[in-house]
Amino acid sequence: MPGIEPIERPVVEVVELTKTFANTTAVNRLSFTVPRGQILGFLGANGAGKTTAIQILLGLIKPTSGVVRMFGQDMEQARIAILQRANFTSAYTALPGNLKVSENLTVFAGLYGVRKAPEKIRALLELLEIGHLKNSLTGQLSSGESTRVNLCKSLLNDPELLLLDEPTASLDPDIADKVRKLLKRIQTERGITMIYTSHNMRDVEEICDRIIFLQKGRKIADGTGSQVLAQFQQKTLEDVFIHVSRSGELLSEEEVKERGGTPP
Amino acid sequence: MNWRRIRALMRRYLYLYRRSPPRIMEVFFWPVMDLLVWGFLYKFLVANHTFNWISYLISAMIFWDIIYRAQQGVTIAFLEDVWSRNLLNLFVAPLRRSEFIAATFLVGLIKIIAITLVLSVLALAFYDFNLLNLGLALVPFFFNLLIFGWAVGLFTTALIVRWGNASEALAWGIPFLVQPLSAVFYPVSILPAWLQPLAWAMPCSHVFEGMRDVMRGEAFSWAQFGWAAGLNVIYLLAAALFFRRMFDVAREKGLLSKLGTQ
Repeated sequence: MPGIEPIERPVVEVVELTKTFANTTAVNRLSFTVPRGQILGFLGANGAGKTTAIQILLGLIKPTSGVVRMFGQDMEQARIAILQRANFTSAYTALPGNLKVSENLTVFAGLYGVRKAPEKIRALLELLEIGHLKNSLTGQLSSGESTRVNLCKSLLNDPELLLLDEPTASLDPDIADKVRKLLKRIQTERGITMIYTSHNMRDVEEICDRIIFLQKGRKIADGTGSQVLAQFQQKTLEDVFIHVSRSGELLSEEEVKERGGTPP
Repeated sequence: MNWRRIRALMRRYLYLYRRSPPRIMEVFFWPVMDLLVWGFLYKFLVANHTFNWISYLISAMIFWDIIYRAQQGVTIAFLEDVWSRNLLNLFVAPLRRSEFIAATFLVGLIKIIAITLVLSVLALAFYDFNLLNLGLALVPFFFNLLIFGWAVGLFTTALIVRWGNASEALAWGIPFLVQPLSAVFYPVSILPAWLQPLAWAMPCSHVFEGMRDVMRGEAFSWAQFGWAAGLNVIYLLAAALFFRRMFDVAREKGLLSKLGTQ
């Protein structure tokens, strides 16, 4: 209709997502959407369900119930089409150490059907300031260099959505800072939507536009960093993290609602 | 020497066996398989000491390698990505399982062709054994063994997907579980009567029997070929379905991500 702008569909839509392993509910009725260009941070203690949620989004884990839609398509129905437009990097995965950096990137360029792969790889290596590592064996790189090579892999297909699982874990503060700045720059330049999990509160404070706090698989807070701080009446996200972790018991339904979360 | 520390360390190794049938199996597996294969071969040679058994053994060894390399091509390719923590990178790419399997099949095929050529040349140079004497029969023999190796590889990989690192030993063990029943070095008739139906259920038994027929100067057995090809279709289909099922179970239980980040 003239005069009315179409409402852009969120890049990620998660509805009532639940994952149960034996007697443990790792993700409990999680619902959220991520609009285009937003950096969403998943925060929570170990076992809160961050990594499980990310891996469900990537199709690596099948949900017990609920729906994951990306780019308007159902993950279970259109996995290949979705993954063509997304990418992933994690501190807990690696590229084969016995291949050169350029060889690894060429393999993944093939998997993602990247056109003019050599030029693309060269440009990305330069963007990430690791052009000199092109012919190095991936297994001989330092943690910081490996992280940047992994990032390079994750940008090969010009993803519209990037999922990052603790990308700065195992990095020293200096390199972690560089990686954060790099990610922020890439996001600004390319308008990529990102979902970011981290234990590092500084990561989340610096990078994320919005935070979802998870506790025992349940969303207990959802908002910008300052909103979450206000909701929990704490000064820093680290204080929020410690407060939630040490409170032991789940927040009450009313408390969750107050913080923008989803009561069970 | 401190007995307490020795005992503590022993406990560290023995703990592994308490919950891992594959590890327990591995302890007994190789000696039992060796005993079976070499025992049956000895029995065969004692009963048939007049013919050129060296040619039989060399061709059997080269042909067995086709099965083994085809199986390893699939399973070790998968394990390489597990060991390098690259598995998740692959399966979050727009990659179908069938594409992954096809790639491992084809890389395996290239390796097998290279290995078979090298072994054939060496056998000719050192033992005056010419594999090409088998003539055109080589082609159906080769492809039947290749397909059976792929089926075993797919089955073994499915076990690793489902049961993780604890079952890695199966990557090397499973082919040798099949070997005593496959009539590689001796005919099916040497096996005890109760094992013979099992042996005839193996596609490769028909290939090795067919190979011995041709080497004895008899005509290529279309019946053996038909059995081998038919059974191979069933085995490959069953292995593919089993792989798909185990992959789905791994997705449901979150095992894929564990396997990919260990």
